Amino acid sequence: MAEDSSPDDAVQPELQVDVWRGGAQGQYQRFTVPRSANQTVLDVVTWIQRHRDASLAYRFACRVGMCGSCAMTVNGRPKWTCRTHVRTVTRDRYLQIGPLRNLPVLRDLATDMAPFFDKWQAAQGRFSGSHSRRDPLAVIPPQSHERQAADAAIECINCAVCYAACDVVQWQPDYVGPAALNRAWAGCNDVREADRGRILRAVASDGGCYSCHSQQGCAQHCPVGLNPTRSIAALKRAALASLSSHG
Amino acid sequence: MLRPSRQHAGYWAFLLHRLSGLALAVFLPAHFLVLGLALERQAALDQFLHWTELAPVKLAETLLVCLLTLHLAGGLRLLALEFLPWTERHKALITAAFGVSLFGGLLFLLNTA
Repeated sequence: MAEDSSPDDAVQPELQVDVWRGGAQGQYQRFTVPRSANQTVLDVVTWIQRHRDASLAYRFACRVGMCGSCAMTVNGRPKWTCRTHVRTVTRDRYLQIGPLRNLPVLRDLATDMAPFFDKWQAAQGRFSGSHSRRDPLAVIPPQSHERQAADAAIECINCAVCYAACDVVQWQPDYVGPAALNRAWAGCNDVREADRGRILRAVASDGGCYSCHSQQGCAQHCPVGLNPTRSIAALKRAALASLSSHG
Repeated sequence: MLRPSRQHAGYWAFLLHRLSGLALAVFLPAHFLVLGLALERQAALDQFLHWTELAPVKLAETLLVCLLTLHLAGGLRLLALEFLPWTERHKALITAAFGVSLFGGLLFLLNTA
């Protein structure tokens, strides 16, 4: 489309790109990459891997913002790279691309996501129902208050952008992080959930919702527009109410 | 190697809330020490109170009042965020907290001038 080609593209058709190489103690390596219209940051990384260095390690799958696997640090900010157009993150034709913060670096741009998903389990963000497959399907009207409450936190794509943006995750290693707590709150709002107390006990313990300082870095960077701080604030209230109602 | 991205109002509100709290924690022991002079060393207290009439000390006191009101307003903002129905007007609340701080400082300065 015409709006995607700025006058700068014709004058400066190349990008200077620093890409993180190696593990945690690695360094940035400079590449020159041709500029093109509608180019995403993931396109840039893929071009480098296909034309300059086939050993470059990075992770992606769907390329359409569904799978959450291509998140990286782009010019200092955590981003989903498949949906981040180059023109939105640089004006001087320079990109610095690194792995996500707060996660162990495996190699180059690929991080070990195991701690991130382990913390989902620690926050009890999984469903436990009381019905069997022989019971009729639960009917939850889309416009019901319960369904609307669950919808507010349910669209997470597990990209770990919020986890990388969170200062508390960096400062307090046992903090489960915004995504895990956001998932826990979605579970709390599921009317079919049989053991809500299990979730509230988990999130109210050390490293849970009360560790959040409400800076809202997670909400600033969430690519799908969720606000985990809102979910965490609701968990704080629910956990407190649960404590007072049970003595 | 990977520096955090902190260019948003929520981070600055958090940082200033913490720093103002630390500054008040450092101030409080000195405050109680001076109050203690009233019990045992009245001449020293009078001398200290005379010293507080100096303009630089008044300005420092104004800064202290600003920090106190900033910490108070920032704390109320956090309580509202966590215990009241959710609002998306965070920047407005942060701006209001800074406004309260400046207003408190100016009020103190006008009363002492």
